[in-house]
Amino acid sequence: MISTELAHEQHAFEIPLLPRHEEEASATPSRRLSTTTISTLTIATLLVLWWGVTSAGLIAPLFLPPPQNILIKFWQVSTHGFMDSTLWQHLGASLARVFSALVASVLLGIPVGVAIGQSRIAKGILDPLIEIYRPIPPLAYLPLVVIWFGIGEFSKILLIFLAIFAPIVIGTANGVRQVSNNRIRVAQSLGATPWQLIRHVVLPSALPDILVGIRIGLGTGWSTLVAAELVAATSGMGFMVQSAAQFLVTDVVILGIAVIAIIAFGLELGLRYLHKRLAPWSLPNRDLG
Amino acid sequence: MPHVLVDRVTVRYSDANAKQAALDNVSLQLEPDQLVVALGPSGCGKTTLLNLLAGFLRPTQGRVLFDGKPINGPAADRGVIFQDDALLPWLNVVDNIAFGLKLQGLEKHQRKASAEATLKQVHLDGFSGHMLWQLSGGMRQRVGLARALASDPAMLLLDEPFAALDAFTREQMQELLLQLWHQTHKQIFLITHDLEEAVFLASDLILLSPRPGRVVERIKLDFCHRYTDGESARSIKSDPHFIAMREHVLNLIFAQREPIPA
Ligand SMILES: Nc1ncnc2c1ncn2[C@@H]1O[C@H](COP(=O)(O)OP(=O)(O)O)[C@@H](O)[C@H]1O
Ligand SMILES: [Mg+2]
Repeated sequence: MISTELAHEQHAFEIPLLPRHEEEASATPSRRLSTTTISTLTIATLLVLWWGVTSAGLIAPLFLPPPQNILIKFWQVSTHGFMDSTLWQHLGASLARVFSALVASVLLGIPVGVAIGQSRIAKGILDPLIEIYRPIPPLAYLPLVVIWFGIGEFSKILLIFLAIFAPIVIGTANGVRQVSNNRIRVAQSLGATPWQLIRHVVLPSALPDILVGIRIGLGTGWSTLVAAELVAATSGMGFMVQSAAQFLVTDVVILGIAVIAIIAFGLELGLRYLHKRLAPWSLPNRDLG
Repeated sequence: MPHVLVDRVTVRYSDANAKQAALDNVSLQLEPDQLVVALGPSGCGKTTLLNLLAGFLRPTQGRVLFDGKPINGPAADRGVIFQDDALLPWLNVVDNIAFGLKLQGLEKHQRKASAEATLKQVHLDGFSGHMLWQLSGGMRQRVGLARALASDPAMLLLDEPFAALDAFTREQMQELLLQLWHQTHKQIFLITHDLEEAVFLASDLILLSPRPGRVVERIKLDFCHRYTDGESARSIKSDPHFIAMREHVLNLIFAQREPIPA
């Protein structure tokens, strides 16, 4: 189950390959629209529709404010703030939580993943623990986390940590198990100590899978965090959206959602870029970088 | 001088066909100046034998001595080369070759210099900064050879190293191997299921038979010496003596085969 999920995720990297081939095959590539252009056009059409419908007065601003209002709100919340913090402070609070959790998950998840991938005993002990909590939606155990650790920063970071940790462990263990036997044997024949094997052969070999794990983890982590801030927080993007909804400030709600989506998209892009930089050999199109 | 003694070795894998030994009471002696080639159909225990020498596997019975001492595991004095190159794709060519030296803790400039020299030996000078995916299969296999040579092992162990290459590249690699053998005087143990390759390369040819794995014949050959003395590979391989020997070896292998039931 887990491995199919990861394999599926990995497959996502290959998606750009298809249009690429199409472009290469076409004799006059400049006459064709690139996928990016098509996507941009889609979004532009949506914005124009939104603008048209709202400025024609077909929808009350309370339900859907026009796009220009959102831009104005963006400026206001950036400079004057909303609920005692500016947009950047809210965003900063959310990002700080995600990145603390990410750092903790990477520092702990990779060693645990290596242990599971290499040792039958470690696998026997740790696998069931992770498999028990992994499928539970984080919001289901959020109340328990709050009861145990209160509503402070620690609870929120712990929640997000748990969401990122499992995919990193599973990705790492997967990658470690798949290291070619001959690669290890050659390194042993060159005199590698067990520690050198892990450091110079196993970890770099597993790097692509580790990065996929981080990507999946960061995705779930980000949505979990925003949801957690809806419940208990005094700053953060989730908190901003939730408070705005309570006062029916629809434009701030939409602004918040847009920023949350853009950040999620940015994290995804950033990790793909990182993958391309750090592990280009594992991508189908080798000369990307 | 290191030599290898395989002394009444039996290997039995602990599963399904454990009744048939992968190697059954095999005794062999390999001398430093020899290029020993083990030939046999797939499943006759060639890889098992190589794994014993590399130290990846312990014999069920008997002992394997290297330079008079029992082999306890893999070590830098025995370099291995596999059919799939087993290189490290995150390193460029020169760093792959220098990998063993890095593990030994050599300074960066020392290992670079040494790796560049080895690169020349396998005729890959100019490719040191290339990444592996920019190389052909034959070039990658040469990087694998260079990596093993760079650590200056006493012995090279090659498990069907050229089996995945096309016929033309394979011929070039065979010649390169003989040149390296001649230049470096390394002891070589190579396994293959390619009859012509075995007869051409071997100074000592060992024929194995399957189920259970046994040595059926050991033959001294001199085609490799004719090559290192300057004769061309094509001239040797088209020599009637070479062709006759090839047929002779083929007959020996077929004589071992179980008859096909009517
Ligand atoms: N790890 C293993 N576990 C069980 N049986 C094995 C293992 N490796 C090899 N064998 C068996 O031992 C025999 C010899 O295998 P091997 O040494 O790989 O032969 P070759 O390299 O000549 O093809 C075969 O019958 C094979 O199925
Ligand atoms: Mg084999």
